[in-house]
Amino acid sequence: MEKFEVIIIGAGLAGLSAAYTLAQNGTEAVVVERGDYPGAKNVTGGRLYLNPVKKYLPDLWPALLEEKALERPVAVELLMMMAPETSTTLRFRSAEFAAPPYHSFTVLRGVLDRWLAKKAEEKGAMLVVKNHVDDLIRENGRVVGVVAGGEELGAETVIAGDGVLSLIAEKAGLRAPGLPQDYAVGFKEVIELPSRVIEDRFALGENEGAANLFLGSPTHGCFGGGFLYTNRSSISLGMVLRIRDLADARPLREAPQFLDDFKSRPEIAPLIAGGETVEYSAHVLPEAGYGGLIRPFADGLLIAGDAAGFALNAGLTVRGMEFAVASGVLAAQAFKQAREKKDFSASSLSVYQRLLEESFVRQDLKTFEQAPHFLDNPRLFDHYPKLVGDILRDLFYIGERPKQKYFSNVKGKVGWAEAWSILKDLRAGLKI
Amino acid sequence: MTEKSNLKTKLGKNVFKPVKEPHIRIRPGFEKDPRLRAAVYACPAGLYTLNSEGAVQLEIDGCLECGTCRIACGTEVLEWNYPGGGTGVQFRFG
Repeated sequence: MEKFEVIIIGAGLAGLSAAYTLAQNGTEAVVVERGDYPGAKNVTGGRLYLNPVKKYLPDLWPALLEEKALERPVAVELLMMMAPETSTTLRFRSAEFAAPPYHSFTVLRGVLDRWLAKKAEEKGAMLVVKNHVDDLIRENGRVVGVVAGGEELGAETVIAGDGVLSLIAEKAGLRAPGLPQDYAVGFKEVIELPSRVIEDRFALGENEGAANLFLGSPTHGCFGGGFLYTNRSSISLGMVLRIRDLADARPLREAPQFLDDFKSRPEIAPLIAGGETVEYSAHVLPEAGYGGLIRPFADGLLIAGDAAGFALNAGLTVRGMEFAVASGVLAAQAFKQAREKKDFSASSLSVYQRLLEESFVRQDLKTFEQAPHFLDNPRLFDHYPKLVGDILRDLFYIGERPKQKYFSNVKGKVGWAEAWSILKDLRAGLKI
Repeated sequence: MTEKSNLKTKLGKNVFKPVKEPHIRIRPGFEKDPRLRAAVYACPAGLYTLNSEGAVQLEIDGCLECGTCRIACGTEVLEWNYPGGGTGVQFRFG
Protein backbone atom coordinates (compact mmCIF):
# COMPACT_ATOMS: atom_id res chain seq x y z
CA MET A 1 0.00 0.00 0.00
CA GLU A 2 1.25 3.44 -0.99
CA LYS A 3 2.07 5.54 2.08
CA PHE A 4 2.04 9.26 2.85
CA GLU A 5 2.61 11.21 6.03
CA VAL A 6 -0.82 12.84 5.91
CA ILE A 7 -3.91 12.14 3.83
CA ILE A 8 -6.45 14.95 3.77
CA ILE A 9 -10.03 14.14 2.81
CA GLY A 10 -11.69 16.96 0.90
CA ALA A 11 -10.31 19.98 -0.96
CA GLY A 12 -12.37 22.56 0.88
CA LEU A 13 -11.03 25.44 2.92
CA ALA A 14 -10.22 23.22 5.92
CA GLY A 15 -8.43 20.55 3.90
CA LEU A 16 -6.56 22.97 1.66
CA SER A 17 -5.47 25.18 4.58
CA ALA A 18 -4.17 22.06 6.30
CA ALA A 19 -2.41 20.94 3.10
CA TYR A 20 -0.80 24.33 2.58
CA THR A 21 0.51 24.47 6.15
CA LEU A 22 1.73 20.88 6.12
CA ALA A 23 3.54 21.30 2.81
CA GLN A 24 5.12 24.49 4.11
CA ASN A 25 6.45 22.49 7.08
CA GLY A 26 7.94 19.92 4.71
CA THR A 27 5.31 17.28 5.39
CA GLU A 28 4.24 14.97 2.60
CA ALA A 29 0.51 15.67 2.28
CA VAL A 30 -2.00 14.43 -0.27
CA VAL A 31 -5.49 15.88 -0.63
CA VAL A 32 -8.14 13.51 -1.96
CA GLU A 33 -11.12 15.32 -3.51
CA ARG A 34 -14.24 13.70 -4.97
CA GLY A 35 -15.09 16.58 -7.31
CA ASP A 36 -13.53 17.26 -10.71
CA TYR A 37 -11.59 20.16 -9.17
CA PRO A 38 -11.33 21.83 -5.75
CA GLY A 39 -14.59 23.65 -5.05
CA ALA A 40 -16.68 21.47 -7.37
CA LYS A 41 -18.77 20.27 -4.44
CA ASN A 42 -18.51 23.36 -2.28
CA VAL A 43 -20.96 26.19 -1.74
CA THR A 44 -20.93 29.39 0.31
CA GLY A 45 -23.53 32.10 0.88
CA GLY A 46 -21.28 33.88 1.17
CA ARG A 47 -18.67 36.00 2.63
CA LEU A 48 -15.30 35.57 4.30
CA TYR A 49 -14.20 37.76 7.23
CA LEU A 50 -10.51 38.50 6.79
CA ASN A 51 -9.30 39.45 10.27
CA PRO A 52 -9.77 36.05 11.92
CA VAL A 53 -7.77 34.20 9.24
CA LYS A 54 -4.90 36.65 8.68
CA LYS A 55 -2.56 35.11 11.18
CA TYR A 56 -3.29 31.55 10.07
CA LEU A 57 -2.16 31.99 6.47
CA PRO A 58 0.11 35.05 6.87
CA ASP A 59 2.19 34.71 3.70
CA LEU A 60 -0.85 34.07 1.47
CA TRP A 61 -2.29 37.35 2.52
CA PRO A 62 -1.30 39.88 -0.15
CA ALA A 63 -1.73 37.35 -2.98
CA LEU A 64 -5.27 36.56 -1.86
CA LEU A 65 -6.26 40.13 -2.72
CA GLU A 66 -3.92 40.77 -5.65
CA GLU A 67 -4.75 37.57 -7.50
CA LYS A 68 -8.49 38.14 -7.24
CA ALA A 69 -9.28 34.99 -5.31
CA LEU A 70 -12.10 36.89 -3.61
CA GLU A 71 -15.01 38.86 -5.07
CA ARG A 72 -15.85 42.30 -3.61
CA PRO A 73 -14.89 43.89 -0.28
CA VAL A 74 -18.09 44.40 1.72
CA ALA A 75 -18.62 48.12 2.31
CA VAL A 76 -22.34 47.91 3.00
CA GLU A 77 -24.16 45.67 5.47
CA LEU A 78 -27.90 45.62 4.97
CA LEU A 79 -30.48 44.05 7.23
CA MET A 80 -34.06 43.97 6.02
CA MET A 81 -37.07 42.95 8.07
CA MET A 82 -39.84 41.79 5.77
CA ALA A 83 -43.55 41.39 6.45
CA PRO A 84 -46.12 40.48 3.80
CA GLU A 85 -46.99 44.14 3.15
CA THR A 86 -44.02 46.08 4.52
CA SER A 87 -40.26 45.97 4.77
CA THR A 88 -37.90 47.90 7.02
CA THR A 89 -34.22 48.25 6.15
CA LEU A 90 -31.19 49.03 8.23
CA ARG A 91 -28.34 49.98 5.91
CA PHE A 92 -24.89 50.31 7.38
CA ARG A 93 -21.98 51.70 5.41
CA SER A 94 -18.45 51.84 6.74
CA ALA A 95 -15.53 53.72 5.21
CA GLU A 96 -13.28 51.43 7.25
CA PHE A 97 -14.82 48.26 5.77
CA ALA A 98 -14.60 49.75 2.26
CA ALA A 99 -10.87 50.51 2.35
CA PRO A 100 -7.71 48.40 2.66
CA PRO A 101 -6.92 46.23 4.55
CA TYR A 102 -10.68 45.48 4.26
CA HIS A 103 -12.97 43.73 6.70
CA SER A 104 -14.69 41.02 4.66
CA PHE A 105 -15.10 39.87 1.07
CA THR A 106 -17.85 38.17 -0.86
CA VAL A 107 -16.73 34.78 -2.12
CA LEU A 108 -17.42 32.23 -4.84
CA ARG A 109 -15.96 28.88 -3.85
CA GLY A 110 -15.36 27.82 -7.42
CA VAL A 111 -12.76 30.61 -7.57
CA LEU A 112 -11.36 30.62 -4.03
CA ASP A 113 -10.89 26.87 -3.57
CA ARG A 114 -9.08 26.40 -6.89
CA TRP A 115 -6.79 29.30 -6.03
CA LEU A 116 -5.95 27.94 -2.57
CA ALA A 117 -5.36 24.47 -4.03
CA LYS A 118 -2.88 25.93 -6.51
CA LYS A 119 -1.02 27.64 -3.65
CA ALA A 120 -0.88 24.39 -1.67
CA GLU A 121 0.41 22.52 -4.73
CA GLU A 122 3.08 25.16 -5.28
CA LYS A 123 4.28 24.43 -1.73
CA GLY A 124 4.50 20.74 -2.57
CA ALA A 125 1.15 19.32 -1.51
CA MET A 126 -0.34 16.67 -3.77
CA LEU A 127 -3.88 16.88 -5.05
CA VAL A 128 -5.87 13.90 -6.28
CA VAL A 129 -9.25 14.83 -7.76
CA LYS A 130 -12.21 12.72 -8.95
CA ASN A 131 -11.55 10.32 -6.12
CA HIS A 132 -13.99 9.56 -3.34
CA VAL A 133 -12.75 8.30 0.01
CA ASP A 134 -15.03 5.37 0.79
CA ASP A 135 -13.67 4.30 4.14
CA LEU A 136 -10.94 4.52 6.74
CA ILE A 137 -8.41 1.72 7.20
CA ARG A 138 -7.89 0.78 10.83
CA GLU A 139 -5.32 -1.34 12.60
CA ASN A 140 -5.85 -2.11 16.29
CA GLY A 141 -8.40 0.71 16.44
CA ARG A 142 -5.97 3.23 14.94
CA VAL A 143 -6.65 4.99 11.67
CA VAL A 144 -3.77 4.11 9.33
CA GLY A 145 -5.13 5.14 5.96
CA VAL A 146 -8.08 5.40 3.63
CA VAL A 147 -9.76 3.45 0.86
CA ALA A 148 -10.29 5.73 -2.13
CA GLY A 149 -11.71 4.54 -5.44
CA GLY A 150 -10.99 0.95 -4.44
CA GLU A 151 -7.33 1.68 -3.69
CA GLU A 152 -5.71 1.59 -0.25
CA LEU A 153 -3.56 4.55 0.80
CA GLY A 154 -1.63 4.60 4.07
CA ALA A 155 -0.92 7.59 6.32
CA GLU A 156 0.53 8.47 9.72
CA THR A 157 -2.51 10.67 10.23
CA VAL A 158 -5.71 11.32 8.27
CA ILE A 159 -7.26 14.79 8.38
CA ALA A 160 -10.97 14.70 7.55
CA GLY A 161 -12.22 17.93 6.02
CA ASP A 162 -15.07 16.12 4.33
CA GLY A 163 -17.73 18.68 5.08
CA VAL A 164 -20.85 19.12 7.11
CA LEU A 165 -22.15 15.54 6.91
CA SER A 166 -18.70 14.07 7.64
CA LEU A 167 -19.41 10.46 6.89
CA ILE A 168 -15.77 9.90 7.86
CA ALA A 169 -16.27 11.17 11.43
CA GLU A 170 -19.34 8.93 11.57
CA LYS A 171 -17.33 5.89 10.45
CA ALA A 172 -14.74 6.75 13.09
CA GLY A 173 -17.46 6.74 15.75
CA LEU A 174 -16.92 10.41 16.62
CA ARG A 175 -20.44 11.47 15.68
CA ALA A 176 -23.91 10.20 14.91
CA PRO A 177 -25.90 11.19 11.79
CA GLY A 178 -27.11 14.81 12.08
CA LEU A 179 -30.56 15.69 13.41
CA PRO A 180 -32.98 18.08 11.66
CA GLN A 181 -33.02 20.61 14.53
CA ASP A 182 -29.23 21.03 14.41
CA TYR A 183 -28.86 21.79 10.68
CA ALA A 184 -30.17 24.23 8.11
CA VAL A 185 -30.04 24.04 4.35
CA GLY A 186 -28.94 26.99 2.27
CA PHE A 187 -29.81 27.13 -1.40
CA LYS A 188 -29.00 29.88 -3.82
CA GLU A 189 -28.89 31.08 -7.38
CA VAL A 190 -25.89 32.77 -8.89
CA ILE A 191 -27.31 35.48 -11.15
CA GLU A 192 -24.99 37.21 -13.60
CA LEU A 193 -25.19 40.97 -14.04
CA PRO A 194 -22.67 43.52 -15.35
CA SER A 195 -20.43 45.03 -12.65
CA ARG A 196 -21.70 48.56 -13.27
CA VAL A 197 -25.32 47.46 -12.95
CA ILE A 198 -24.55 45.85 -9.59
CA GLU A 199 -22.83 49.02 -8.37
CA ASP A 200 -25.74 51.21 -9.52
CA ARG A 201 -28.46 49.01 -8.04
CA PHE A 202 -26.80 48.72 -4.65
CA ALA A 203 -25.39 52.27 -4.55
CA LEU A 204 -21.82 51.00 -4.33
CA GLY A 205 -18.52 52.50 -5.39
CA GLU A 206 -16.39 50.75 -7.99
CA ASN A 207 -15.60 47.17 -6.88
CA GLU A 208 -17.36 47.66 -3.55
CA GLY A 209 -19.66 44.95 -2.26
CA ALA A 210 -22.83 44.61 -0.21
CA ALA A 211 -23.94 41.87 2.16
CA ASN A 212 -27.69 41.68 2.65
CA LEU A 213 -29.64 39.61 5.18
CA PHE A 214 -33.43 39.31 5.09
CA LEU A 215 -35.50 38.35 8.08
CA GLY A 216 -39.22 37.72 8.22
CA SER A 217 -41.96 36.67 5.87
CA PRO A 218 -39.81 35.04 3.16
CA THR A 219 -39.31 32.15 5.62
CA HIS A 220 -43.02 32.10 6.61
CA GLY A 221 -42.13 31.91 10.30
CA CYS A 222 -39.49 29.21 9.82
CA PHE A 223 -36.06 29.56 11.39
CA GLY A 224 -33.84 31.10 8.73
CA GLY A 225 -33.61 34.02 6.38
CA GLY A 226 -32.75 35.26 2.96
CA PHE A 227 -29.35 36.46 1.81
CA LEU A 228 -27.90 38.40 -1.10
CA TYR A 229 -24.20 38.96 -1.73
CA THR A 230 -22.77 41.00 -4.58
CA ASN A 231 -19.89 39.31 -6.43
CA ARG A 232 -17.74 40.91 -9.14
CA SER A 233 -20.22 40.32 -11.93
CA SER A 234 -22.91 38.23 -10.31
CA ILE A 235 -25.24 38.15 -7.35
CA SER A 236 -25.61 35.22 -4.95
CA LEU A 237 -29.25 35.18 -3.90
CA GLY A 238 -30.60 32.50 -1.62
CA MET A 239 -32.25 31.36 1.54
CA VAL A 240 -31.31 29.39 4.62
CA LEU A 241 -34.00 27.33 6.35
CA ARG A 242 -33.71 24.97 9.28
CA ILE A 243 -34.27 21.41 8.13
CA ARG A 244 -36.63 20.60 11.00
CA ASP A 245 -38.92 23.46 10.02
CA LEU A 246 -38.96 22.35 6.38
CA ALA A 247 -39.49 18.72 7.36
CA ASP A 248 -42.43 19.60 9.65
CA ALA A 249 -44.06 21.22 6.60
CA ARG A 250 -45.67 23.99 8.63
CA PRO A 251 -46.40 25.88 6.41
CA LEU A 252 -46.95 23.23 3.76
CA ARG A 253 -44.37 24.39 1.25
CA GLU A 254 -41.57 22.81 -0.70
CA ALA A 255 -38.14 24.36 -0.24
CA PRO A 256 -37.69 25.69 -3.82
CA GLN A 257 -40.97 27.62 -3.53
CA PHE A 258 -39.59 29.73 -0.66
CA LEU A 259 -36.82 31.02 -2.92
CA ASP A 260 -39.09 31.62 -5.91
CA ASP A 261 -41.47 33.69 -3.75
CA PHE A 262 -38.55 35.58 -2.23
CA LYS A 263 -37.21 36.43 -5.69
CA SER A 264 -40.54 37.87 -6.72
CA ARG A 265 -40.76 40.25 -3.73
CA PRO A 266 -40.89 43.89 -4.88
CA GLU A 267 -37.77 44.56 -2.78
CA ILE A 268 -35.78 41.84 -4.60
CA ALA A 269 -37.13 41.57 -8.15
CA PRO A 270 -35.73 44.93 -9.37
CA LEU A 271 -32.28 44.06 -7.96
CA ILE A 272 -31.98 40.98 -10.17
CA ALA A 273 -34.01 42.13 -13.17
CA GLY A 274 -32.34 41.25 -16.47
CA GLY A 275 -29.86 38.97 -14.73
CA GLU A 276 -29.25 35.42 -15.88
CA THR A 277 -29.24 32.54 -13.42
CA VAL A 278 -26.13 30.49 -14.20
CA GLU A 279 -26.14 28.05 -11.28
CA TYR A 280 -28.43 26.68 -8.58
CA SER A 281 -26.69 25.12 -5.60
CA ALA A 282 -27.47 23.90 -2.11
CA HIS A 283 -25.46 23.11 0.99
CA VAL A 284 -26.18 22.12 4.58
CA LEU A 285 -24.96 24.29 7.49
CA PRO A 286 -24.35 23.29 11.12
CA GLU A 287 -26.62 25.38 13.38
CA ALA A 288 -26.07 23.77 16.79
CA GLY A 289 -23.06 25.96 17.65
CA TYR A 290 -20.94 25.08 20.65
CA GLY A 291 -23.44 22.48 21.84
CA GLY A 292 -23.02 20.57 18.58
CA LEU A 293 -19.25 20.20 18.67
CA ILE A 294 -17.73 16.74 18.58
CA ARG A 295 -14.40 15.43 19.78
CA PRO A 296 -12.33 16.30 16.71
CA PHE A 297 -9.51 13.77 17.12
CA ALA A 298 -8.93 10.03 17.47
CA ASP A 299 -5.99 7.68 17.03
CA GLY A 300 -4.47 8.74 13.70
CA LEU A 301 -7.38 11.07 12.84
CA LEU A 302 -8.14 14.80 13.02
CA ILE A 303 -11.42 16.46 11.96
CA ALA A 304 -11.52 20.06 10.67
CA GLY A 305 -14.02 22.60 9.35
CA ASP A 306 -17.75 21.93 8.97
CA ALA A 307 -17.00 18.24 9.54
CA ALA A 308 -16.24 19.06 13.18
CA GLY A 309 -19.25 21.41 13.46
CA PHE A 310 -17.13 24.58 13.34
CA ALA A 311 -19.73 27.10 12.17
CA LEU A 312 -21.51 29.88 13.98
CA ASN A 313 -24.79 31.62 13.32
CA ALA A 314 -24.85 34.59 15.68
CA GLY A 315 -27.78 36.28 13.96
CA LEU A 316 -26.06 39.36 12.56
CA THR A 317 -23.06 37.34 11.41
CA VAL A 318 -23.08 33.85 9.95
CA ARG A 319 -19.64 32.30 9.75
CA GLY A 320 -18.08 29.03 8.73
CA MET A 321 -15.22 29.59 6.30
CA GLU A 322 -12.93 31.32 8.80
CA PHE A 323 -13.39 28.41 11.17
CA ALA A 324 -12.52 26.00 8.36
CA VAL A 325 -9.29 27.84 7.50
CA ALA A 326 -8.18 28.18 11.13
CA SER A 327 -9.05 24.62 12.13
CA GLY A 328 -7.29 23.25 9.03
CA VAL A 329 -4.14 25.16 9.92
CA LEU A 330 -4.37 24.06 13.57
CA ALA A 331 -4.82 20.42 12.52
CA ALA A 332 -1.58 20.76 10.53
CA GLN A 333 0.16 22.28 13.55
CA ALA A 334 -1.11 19.49 15.77
CA PHE A 335 0.29 16.95 13.32
CA LYS A 336 3.63 18.75 13.34
CA GLN A 337 3.82 18.46 17.13
CA ALA A 338 2.79 14.81 17.03
CA ARG A 339 5.45 14.11 14.40
CA GLU A 340 8.17 15.53 16.61
CA LYS A 341 7.19 12.89 19.21
CA LYS A 342 6.61 10.26 16.49
CA ASP A 343 3.34 9.56 18.28
CA PHE A 344 0.06 9.82 16.36
CA SER A 345 -2.17 8.40 19.06
CA ALA A 346 -5.31 10.25 20.21
CA SER A 347 -3.55 11.51 23.31
CA SER A 348 -0.72 12.95 21.24
CA LEU A 349 -3.07 14.45 18.63
CA SER A 350 -5.29 15.90 21.39
CA VAL A 351 -3.00 18.93 21.27
CA TYR A 352 -5.32 19.92 18.41
CA GLN A 353 -8.15 20.46 20.89
CA ARG A 354 -5.90 22.68 23.02
CA LEU A 355 -4.90 24.74 19.97
CA LEU A 356 -8.57 25.12 19.07
CA GLU A 357 -9.37 26.26 22.60
CA GLU A 358 -6.63 28.90 22.44
CA SER A 359 -7.97 30.16 19.10
CA PHE A 360 -11.10 32.07 18.08
CA VAL A 361 -12.55 28.80 16.78
CA ARG A 362 -13.70 27.36 20.08
CA GLN A 363 -13.66 30.73 21.88
CA ASP A 364 -16.17 32.41 19.54
CA LEU A 365 -18.37 29.33 19.55
CA LYS A 366 -18.25 29.34 23.37
CA THR A 367 -19.01 33.09 23.58
CA PHE A 368 -22.09 32.61 21.41
CA GLU A 369 -23.12 29.35 23.06
CA GLN A 370 -26.59 30.79 23.78
CA ALA A 371 -27.14 32.05 20.23
CA PRO A 372 -28.92 28.91 18.93
CA HIS A 373 -31.28 29.11 21.92
CA PHE A 374 -32.01 32.81 21.36
CA LEU A 375 -32.53 32.32 17.63
CA ASP A 376 -34.91 29.39 18.25
CA ASN A 377 -37.79 31.84 18.69
CA PRO A 378 -40.51 32.01 16.03
CA ARG A 379 -41.31 35.62 17.05
CA LEU A 380 -37.98 36.68 15.52
CA PHE A 381 -38.88 35.27 12.11
CA ASP A 382 -42.48 36.37 11.90
CA HIS A 383 -43.79 38.70 14.59
CA TYR A 384 -41.08 41.35 15.00
CA PRO A 385 -40.51 42.15 11.32
CA LYS A 386 -44.27 42.69 11.02
CA LEU A 387 -44.54 44.69 14.26
CA VAL A 388 -41.78 47.08 13.20
CA GLY A 389 -43.42 47.53 9.81
CA ASP A 390 -46.86 48.12 11.37
CA ILE A 391 -45.53 50.75 13.79
CA LEU A 392 -43.64 52.58 11.05
CA ARG A 393 -46.67 52.42 8.77
CA ASP A 394 -48.75 54.21 11.41
CA LEU A 395 -46.05 56.80 12.09
CA PHE A 396 -45.68 57.62 8.39
CA TYR A 397 -49.39 57.45 7.57
CA ILE A 398 -51.51 60.54 7.10
CA GLY A 399 -55.22 59.77 6.89
CA GLU A 400 -58.44 61.70 6.54
CA ARG A 401 -58.92 62.03 10.29
CA PRO A 402 -56.74 64.19 12.59
CA LYS A 403 -53.40 62.43 13.27
CA GLN A 404 -52.70 60.86 16.67
CA LYS A 405 -49.59 61.62 18.68
CA TYR A 406 -46.67 59.38 17.70
CA PHE A 407 -46.57 57.68 21.09
CA SER A 408 -50.27 56.82 20.90
CA ASN A 409 -49.54 55.01 17.64
CA VAL A 410 -46.80 52.95 19.26
CA LYS A 411 -48.89 52.22 22.36
CA GLY A 412 -51.67 51.00 20.11
CA LYS A 413 -49.34 48.34 18.71
CA VAL A 414 -47.39 47.50 21.87
CA GLY A 415 -49.74 46.80 24.79
CA TRP A 416 -48.69 45.46 28.20
CA ALA A 417 -48.66 41.82 27.17
CA GLU A 418 -46.63 42.63 24.08
CA ALA A 419 -44.20 44.82 26.05
CA TRP A 420 -43.68 41.96 28.49
CA SER A 421 -42.95 39.51 25.67
CA ILE A 422 -40.48 41.94 24.12
CA LEU A 423 -38.68 42.27 27.46
CA LYS A 424 -38.46 38.50 27.79
CA ASP A 425 -37.02 38.16 24.28
CA LEU A 426 -34.59 41.00 24.96
CA ARG A 427 -33.41 39.26 28.11
CA ALA A 428 -32.64 36.14 26.09
CA GLY A 429 -30.88 38.37 23.56
CA LEU A 430 -28.68 39.91 26.24
CA LYS A 431 -27.10 36.51 26.85
CA ILE A 432 -25.49 36.47 23.41
CA MET B 1 -44.10 28.88 -15.85
CA THR B 2 -45.14 26.19 -13.35
CA GLU B 3 -43.12 25.62 -10.20
CA LYS B 4 -41.70 22.29 -11.33
CA SER B 5 -40.63 23.44 -14.77
CA ASN B 6 -39.09 26.55 -13.20
CA LEU B 7 -37.03 24.31 -10.94
CA LYS B 8 -36.04 22.04 -13.84
CA THR B 9 -34.83 25.08 -15.76
CA LYS B 10 -32.71 26.16 -12.78
CA LEU B 11 -31.22 22.69 -12.34
CA GLY B 12 -30.57 22.63 -16.08
CA LYS B 13 -28.05 25.45 -15.58
CA ASN B 14 -25.84 23.18 -13.47
CA VAL B 15 -23.07 20.95 -14.75
CA PHE B 16 -23.88 17.33 -13.93
CA LYS B 17 -21.72 14.35 -14.77
CA PRO B 18 -23.61 11.08 -15.06
CA VAL B 19 -23.72 9.01 -11.86
CA LYS B 20 -23.17 5.30 -12.53
CA GLU B 21 -25.74 4.08 -10.04
CA PRO B 22 -28.05 6.04 -7.74
CA HIS B 23 -26.07 7.14 -4.68
CA ILE B 24 -29.21 7.64 -2.61
CA ARG B 25 -31.93 4.99 -2.41
CA ILE B 26 -35.12 4.61 -0.46
CA ARG B 27 -34.60 1.41 1.50
CA PRO B 28 -36.88 -1.33 0.09
CA GLY B 29 -40.12 -1.56 2.04
CA PHE B 30 -39.88 1.97 3.43
CA GLU B 31 -41.48 3.79 0.45
CA LYS B 32 -44.60 4.60 2.48
CA ASP B 33 -42.73 5.40 5.71
CA PRO B 34 -43.95 8.76 7.06
CA ARG B 35 -40.34 9.82 7.73
CA LEU B 36 -39.80 10.10 3.98
CA ARG B 37 -42.41 12.84 3.66
CA ALA B 38 -39.91 15.29 5.14
CA ALA B 39 -37.77 15.02 2.00
CA VAL B 40 -40.70 16.01 -0.22
CA TYR B 41 -40.71 19.42 1.50
CA ALA B 42 -37.05 19.81 2.40
CA CYS B 43 -35.17 18.76 -0.77
CA PRO B 44 -34.03 21.99 -2.45
CA ALA B 45 -33.95 20.22 -5.81
CA GLY B 46 -37.50 18.86 -5.42
CA LEU B 47 -36.40 15.31 -6.20
CA TYR B 48 -38.83 13.57 -3.85
CA THR B 49 -42.49 13.25 -4.76
CA LEU B 50 -45.45 11.63 -3.06
CA ASN B 51 -47.52 9.50 -5.45
CA SER B 52 -51.23 8.83 -5.29
CA GLU B 53 -50.66 5.56 -3.42
CA GLY B 54 -48.89 7.35 -0.58
CA ALA B 55 -45.42 6.15 -1.56
CA VAL B 56 -42.48 8.53 -1.86
CA GLN B 57 -40.44 8.36 -5.04
CA LEU B 58 -36.93 9.67 -5.59
CA GLU B 59 -35.67 10.96 -8.93
CA ILE B 60 -31.90 11.23 -8.45
CA ASP B 61 -31.12 13.33 -11.56
CA GLY B 62 -30.43 16.89 -10.43
CA CYS B 63 -29.19 15.94 -6.96
CA LEU B 64 -27.16 18.78 -5.41
CA GLU B 65 -25.54 16.36 -2.90
CA CYS B 66 -26.40 18.67 0.00
CA GLY B 67 -27.46 15.92 2.43
CA THR B 68 -30.70 17.58 3.51
CA CYS B 69 -32.71 14.37 2.91
CA ARG B 70 -30.27 12.31 4.97
CA ILE B 71 -30.75 14.68 7.91
CA ALA B 72 -34.48 15.18 7.40
CA CYS B 73 -35.43 11.50 7.02
CA GLY B 74 -32.61 9.56 8.64
CA THR B 75 -30.53 6.64 7.48
CA GLU B 76 -33.08 4.01 8.51
CA VAL B 77 -35.23 4.92 5.52
CA LEU B 78 -32.54 6.20 3.16
CA GLU B 79 -29.38 4.47 2.02
CA TRP B 80 -27.22 7.52 1.52
CA ASN B 81 -23.82 7.89 -0.11
CA TYR B 82 -21.99 10.46 -2.12
CA PRO B 83 -21.70 9.58 -5.81
CA GLY B 84 -18.37 8.16 -6.99
CA GLY B 85 -15.39 10.44 -7.58
CA GLY B 86 -15.64 12.65 -10.64
CA THR B 87 -19.40 12.19 -11.04
CA GLY B 88 -22.50 14.13 -9.99
CA VAL B 89 -22.88 17.88 -9.74
CA GLN B 90 -19.80 20.02 -10.44
CA PHE B 91 -20.35 23.55 -9.16
CA ARG B 92 -18.56 26.19 -11.25
CA PHE B 93 -19.43 29.14 -9.00
CA GLY B 94 -20.38 27.68 -5.61
